[in-house]
Amino acid sequence: MSVATAPKRTTKRSSAREGGSFLAALPWIGPALLLILAIVVFPAGYMIYNSTRKISQVGTDLKGVGLDNFAKVFADPALPRILLNTVVWVVVVVAFTVLISLALAQFLNKPFPGRTLVRMAVIVPWAASVVMTTTVFYYAVDPNYGIFNKFLTDIGILDGGFGFTKNAVPAMAVAIVVAIFVSIPFTTYTILAGLQAIPNETLEAARMDGANRWGTYLFVILPQLRGALAVAVLINIINVFNNLPILKIITGAIPGYSADTLMTYIFKVLQFDRRLDISSALSVVNFAIVLVIVAIYVKTVKPMKEV
Amino acid sequence: MSFLVTEDRASQKTVIWRMIAGLGVAAVFLIPYAVMLIGSLKTRSEILAIPPSYMPREGAQWSNYLTMWDTPETPVAYNLISTIVISLCATLLVLLVATPAAYYTARFKFPGKMVFMFLVIVTQMLQPAVLTAGLFKQMLAMNLYDTWLAMILINAAFNLAFAVWIMHSFFASVPKEIDEAAQIDGAGKLRVLFRINLPLVWPGIVTAVIFTFVSCWNEFAASLVILSTAENQPLSVALTRFVGQYSTAWQYVFGVSIVAIIPVIVLFMLIEKRLIGGLSAGAVK
Repeated sequence: MSVATAPKRTTKRSSAREGGSFLAALPWIGPALLLILAIVVFPAGYMIYNSTRKISQVGTDLKGVGLDNFAKVFADPALPRILLNTVVWVVVVVAFTVLISLALAQFLNKPFPGRTLVRMAVIVPWAASVVMTTTVFYYAVDPNYGIFNKFLTDIGILDGGFGFTKNAVPAMAVAIVVAIFVSIPFTTYTILAGLQAIPNETLEAARMDGANRWGTYLFVILPQLRGALAVAVLINIINVFNNLPILKIITGAIPGYSADTLMTYIFKVLQFDRRLDISSALSVVNFAIVLVIVAIYVKTVKPMKEV
Repeated sequence: MSFLVTEDRASQKTVIWRMIAGLGVAAVFLIPYAVMLIGSLKTRSEILAIPPSYMPREGAQWSNYLTMWDTPETPVAYNLISTIVISLCATLLVLLVATPAAYYTARFKFPGKMVFMFLVIVTQMLQPAVLTAGLFKQMLAMNLYDTWLAMILINAAFNLAFAVWIMHSFFASVPKEIDEAAQIDGAGKLRVLFRINLPLVWPGIVTAVIFTFVSCWNEFAASLVILSTAENQPLSVALTRFVGQYSTAWQYVFGVSIVAIIPVIVLFMLIEKRLIGGLSAGAVK
């Protein structure tokens, strides 16, 4: 801690010298600010506005209804199951992604012939679009013409094609596997970049102090990975929470809302019920939840090293 | 390569085990795409056959890769060009806009900084998929509906957050004393950024570039809403045109997917070398 306070004082002096005004910062952050305000803030405002209106199914804005849409959303009997699904979806996918990626990054950081090729293989699900990857999984688990089902039948695990995507629980499981599969590359590479930023001196020092492998990993490597890991987890939480295509493709054919997360539910309300107002209110709720999760996360983990 | 010596002096047996494990890892990540490739080489009737075949029984239909460019469903060649132009321009825009912002916020205090960083993270939490209705209305109003520029701006705006964040954390890991020493020597802020910081944060920039490019390349939801002309649409959207209500042209879905994936993998191969180069340079320091 004492180490952290020393540079802090230096910074204060230097920022005073560097003219810490908003105007001085503007040339540096201005373009980013402009892009965000122009492209993100307007549609977001429009979404919030729509959530307080009554809009007909053909899109005519009828009148303002205050918070009525939100009352309807919270009275919705499908909501508890959807929220439960959302929690399971996010927690399971992010937890497994991070654990597998930590191990994988550690492995890919070790020298062996062909390592570059293995790294390339790991990047492929990232290079492929989520829509494409999910589509091939969906095709493979089809009970009739799916290759994966045939494989499971051939090796004797199944007696015949199993409808993985016909019921909520197996379909969710398939979707979770796909989500972990497509999240691992990014997470692994972020951790790998973090691993490679660790100075060799640090590892040597640990070794000389007689630390064993696990000791070195837990007390030397992991703390150094904190920055990379914090960002990776945060991005994963947000992306998994907001993911639409995976569940839409895998569980889309299941009637009712037993395999829906908030995100897919929002789209069903918009697409099938044609209710822009209700779906906007749901979007606002969805956004509020992400905001709360991220706020708690940022507060406790402090992923940004603040000056 | 210094870590070969310092990190561990692996025995031959260990290296062989690592190669076997590496093979296993590679297989896990490649099998779905092998399924994709094999599927793209089957005839339409064979890919829907029950029970399915592992390998194309009627011989590999490489002709699928020729016929897919000329189908009634979508003009794949145009879709490829759209994807390339939109992704390249958006990535460039992100780099131009995010690098100074990430550097400045990692280095200096200023009033409104927390508001700015909050705004950035809020952007990350909102995805185009949630905001399609608003984006549609806005692009109509700005006269950009159904243009590449609209998708360049949207892709850049929604990917900015990650680039700023990842670069911010990398800039923050560079000791400030280095900057201060350079400034005392009379170097301006821009010079300090380009000459001193950028070489040190290479891995971060590479991560940001890859992430942005791939995310633009594969963007789906906003393109679906903003680009209505078939020629303007990217491959991710074009793909869905092969998915019919009654029967899907899987061989084309997979063929187009393979064509869409290969350039990104090639790009990564090029950048991976730079990544390793940048890293060994960092290790010398």
